[in-house]
Amino acid sequence: MTTKVQQTKQYYWYAVPGVVSFAALVGGAFLYNVYLSFNSWQGIGTPEWVGLENYQNLIQDRVFWVSFLHAFQFIFAMSIAPTAIGILIAALIYDFIARYFGNAISTFLRISLYVPQIIALPIVGMLWAWMLSPNIGVVNTILREIGLGSLALNWLGEAGTAMFALSIMMIWIQVGYTIVIFVSGMSRLDPYLDEAAQLDGATWFQRFRIVTIPQLYPEIAVVLLTTTVAALKVFGPVYVMTNGGPGDATQVPAYFSYFHFFSTTRVGYGAAIATVLALLLTALAIGLLRLQRKMGLMR
Amino acid sequence: MRTQVKRKKGFAPYLVLGSLITMALVWLFPMFIAFINAFKTPQEFVQNGVLAIPNEWDFSKFGKFWSEVDFTKKLMNSVQVSLLVALIAVFLSFLTAYAIGIGRVKGRTWILGFFMVAFTIPQEALIYPLYSISKTLSLYDNIWSIIIIFGVLSTGFGTYLLSSVMSTFPDELLEAARIDGASPWRILRSIVLPLLRPTLFVLATMFFIFTWNEFLIPLVMLPSNDNQTVTLAMAVTTGQFTSDSTARAAAALIGFMPSVIFFLIFQRTLMRGITMGAVK
Repeated sequence: MTTKVQQTKQYYWYAVPGVVSFAALVGGAFLYNVYLSFNSWQGIGTPEWVGLENYQNLIQDRVFWVSFLHAFQFIFAMSIAPTAIGILIAALIYDFIARYFGNAISTFLRISLYVPQIIALPIVGMLWAWMLSPNIGVVNTILREIGLGSLALNWLGEAGTAMFALSIMMIWIQVGYTIVIFVSGMSRLDPYLDEAAQLDGATWFQRFRIVTIPQLYPEIAVVLLTTTVAALKVFGPVYVMTNGGPGDATQVPAYFSYFHFFSTTRVGYGAAIATVLALLLTALAIGLLRLQRKMGLMR
Repeated sequence: MRTQVKRKKGFAPYLVLGSLITMALVWLFPMFIAFINAFKTPQEFVQNGVLAIPNEWDFSKFGKFWSEVDFTKKLMNSVQVSLLVALIAVFLSFLTAYAIGIGRVKGRTWILGFFMVAFTIPQEALIYPLYSISKTLSLYDNIWSIIIIFGVLSTGFGTYLLSSVMSTFPDELLEAARIDGASPWRILRSIVLPLLRPTLFVLATMFFIFTWNEFLIPLVMLPSNDNQTVTLAMAVTTGQFTSDSTARAAAALIGFMPSVIFFLIFQRTLMRGITMGAVK
């Protein structure tokens, strides 16, 4: 007869295939990438050990800093703005639409707003690049029709507007995700709190701010975490729409490392950028998870 | 005195309804504009512009584009890759999550933390090693390379999600089975697997669409035309076949239709998965 301890040990076997393949593929590849970041290598021949040289060059590379600056700007467009918009829209859907007009309309709204999430980012990028094309694009056509022809700019072709245009697209992509998470979060909230506030004469907006938002802290934390990580990883749209340009106006770390891997074939340099990005993301995720725990305790 | 009754609508709900429907239409507008232009003849586009509804619906671009990029082949590749990835990843995640969530093995927090790395490490930090290793193993430019890579990479999210589901599994059921002398394998087969089947389906659906939309790794791994997936082919080869604006609209439409159709069919399943993943 097997005792409980023996049984627990038997369970380890079930983790073996997953853990071993994950360690080999992800762990192995990442360690190899870190190793490459200490080398000078063109992708063929033998890598030459150069120690910290790649990292020293990175610190002095203006484009490296610019790319990270853009990644942080994308945190606004992909994380902060969609979270703020999402929570408001979700509350409106939950408190007004679902209550007065039924589930069909609320489902229609959620699906429509979620569609951009389901399309692959490069295809979304292709679609938007087409919509934003300066002469025949739909965006500029509409601007001209409504008498704002002076705003009909070459959105992706000018350094001053390219980041802005990408950011608008990102908000369009992301709000569907935040809305779906927040609507589902609202269904677990305590309705009595809201009703009590209502009896006390609180307006809808006061209830939203004081009753709803604090109860949604767990969802807000998760959404901020996942979308911030996604913002720092942006690659597809930049690849399809701007190639990091014009100049380096939309350069981001992911594209910058890809560029060095496969265009300049400075593999060690690309590996150093990717390593920095990986460490930054891990640190950020750990930091946000801690914050989430703290917010959880505060409630 | 407040006599506001909850059921009384008033004006505000209609205002909210109007604004939200407007917002939804704005959100659907890019798809709509791609749709009407995809069916417009190039002449009509030049004459009436991008906003006009086509007078004459032109289907010829699709056939042309479809055969020029060999879209059937791309669809088959995408379906094969996404389906196999979903199967492999669900299988591996289920077993690992079983050890963590049901077996409660020692060090399970560490194992989970280790899988969380998949979430933070960007694919760029894996791509060059994967690229050079796949060349040595002769898996380069072979769809099996990305099947293996995504099959394993996806277990990060899968293990996290399934272990949190399994850790809420009713203890009495497991205890009763153990007292009856059921082995871990028996418990897996007769109790856990049947009860978790719907969740596994949700997870497989998510893996399918995630893999379908992947871009960087296919871009690096699958240079030749015959091996490309839909997402990759749309992003890299369409330029050659889309000289005029209506052809670009048609390309975008063909590119996103599979995902949208899949989403409309599995909408409920996917939504469940997305919210399940966010807050357990």
